[in-house]
Amino acid sequence: MTEPTRAEVCIAALAEVWRDAGEIMASPFGSIPMIASRLAKRTFSPDLVLTDGEAAIIVGAPPINTSPQDLVREAAVPYRTIFSVVWSGRRHIVMQASQIDRFGNQNLSAIGPPNQPKVQLIGVRGAPGNSVNHKTSYWVPDHSTRTFVEAVDTVCGVGYDRAAAAGSGATRFHDLPRVVSNLGVFDFSGPNHSMALVSVHPGVTVDEVVAATGFELQLDSAVETPWPTDDQLAIIAELDPKGARDREIRT
Amino acid sequence: MANKRATIDEALDRLEPGMTIGIGGWGSRRKPMAIVRALLNSTLHDLTIVSYGGPDVGLLANSGKATKVIAGFVTLDSIALDPLWRQVRQRGGVDLTEVDEGLFYLGLQAAAWRVPFLPARAGLGSDVLERNPHLKTVANPYMDGPYSEPEDAQSVFVAMPALRLDAAFVHANAADTAGNATFTGPDPYFDELFLGAAALRVVTAERIVDEGTLDTVGPLAKATVHRLLTDLVIETPNGAHFTSCAPDYERDEAFQKAYVTAAGDPELWQGFVDRYLAGNEAQYQAALAQDREGSK
Repeated sequence: MTEPTRAEVCIAALAEVWRDAGEIMASPFGSIPMIASRLAKRTFSPDLVLTDGEAAIIVGAPPINTSPQDLVREAAVPYRTIFSVVWSGRRHIVMQASQIDRFGNQNLSAIGPPNQPKVQLIGVRGAPGNSVNHKTSYWVPDHSTRTFVEAVDTVCGVGYDRAAAAGSGATRFHDLPRVVSNLGVFDFSGPNHSMALVSVHPGVTVDEVVAATGFELQLDSAVETPWPTDDQLAIIAELDPKGARDREIRT
Repeated sequence: MANKRATIDEALDRLEPGMTIGIGGWGSRRKPMAIVRALLNSTLHDLTIVSYGGPDVGLLANSGKATKVIAGFVTLDSIALDPLWRQVRQRGGVDLTEVDEGLFYLGLQAAAWRVPFLPARAGLGSDVLERNPHLKTVANPYMDGPYSEPEDAQSVFVAMPALRLDAAFVHANAADTAGNATFTGPDPYFDELFLGAAALRVVTAERIVDEGTLDTVGPLAKATVHRLLTDLVIETPNGAHFTSCAPDYERDEAFQKAYVTAAGDPELWQGFVDRYLAGNEAQYQAALAQDREGSK
């Protein structure tokens, strides 16, 4: 077999966030998370609920470049319904983060002062609500000290420290299972739910991850991220025949 | 039966400087762009725009018409960021109240239901509360009773205030003369709530049909705007352009790309304004027709 690409390692790692998830909505943001959700549905989580990215639940896990008219839809989920799903908790989202900090606070709104940001990004979107209502994991395709920061400039997705400070209304359903970057896999098993290195991707050293991270990581138990299996690689190739996965991360 | 047909000018005559205006649609989807273009050329000023933000927000804020914006995001969907919005924000030119997009929904719903707030977990712990000290929390009033699960006995929730609007504009696939309207595309978004939250309720539509004939346009179940929600209906064919208005038309991606390119360069932008935005809606549509002719 040929050696898997970094993108394929990330896809297999991200698919794991939905292992044994049962009948919940998987909401992936980005090509690699989207391929990962479909890989999970094709293999170990067949009951996952996927959408067309617009307003319907789709049948199966077709290739990500399937044209809209070729998708088979089974139910309507306009945005109003999506909020009902969010607030019911039956969802695990993988959002991206322009910044993420040690306790899992995430920023996709703006870099710099709130009234006159240095860089205006897309906005808080649904991140505040997602992160206190259902499982929220993150995908960061460009791991660096600019993205893994000591403190985010705007708290959109809520981290463990901020959720705790806001009380039981925020913590009751707050759960950040995983962060996957182009360098490794992380969780919040460190002291006070701080970020810990779970694994480094093949070809990446722990030192590289530490150098690219703007805060102290818990490093106790880092292993190597498993390679995707041959079966997984075959499915990934089928889900992404045009190689969108290799355009999403720097190699 | 009252005939609610009106013109863009008649609707805008009912607006005043300083008003809070809701704009329907979502991102770069089914935006009442004919109204947005008319607002750009009006004498109105100091507007507050309430929107699931798309090009409407970038255009109105960057032009100075809107000095305040209430939104959860501003995006062009197929192009993530709107350059006009980035520019106005990065020069500190607009007062932004940024709320979670679900809180935004509850704010419209609260206004439509005439209650001062609706509770949510969304926002707790985030900078939505830190940056907007006027947003308050409410303690669970049922902490001791059977209605509350024990885990929430001590919880507080965000009390999302009603987003009351002076006027709301939404764009439908079709409306009738009585003020009913239908969204035949995949998602009604929150348009009925914008109308419900507003004092002046305006529906623009691709076409206006006789009362009682909306079921010839699509299933009646899609006709979710009833006439209790509307004051005026305005026929604006291609009026959501360049945003999508499925199934009538998809987003004009080429035009949106041209908008983004022009918006990134002051000289190009002036040319874009002169060609497309300086005139009235008929002139805008004529310029588009000319473009189509030229590309044949």
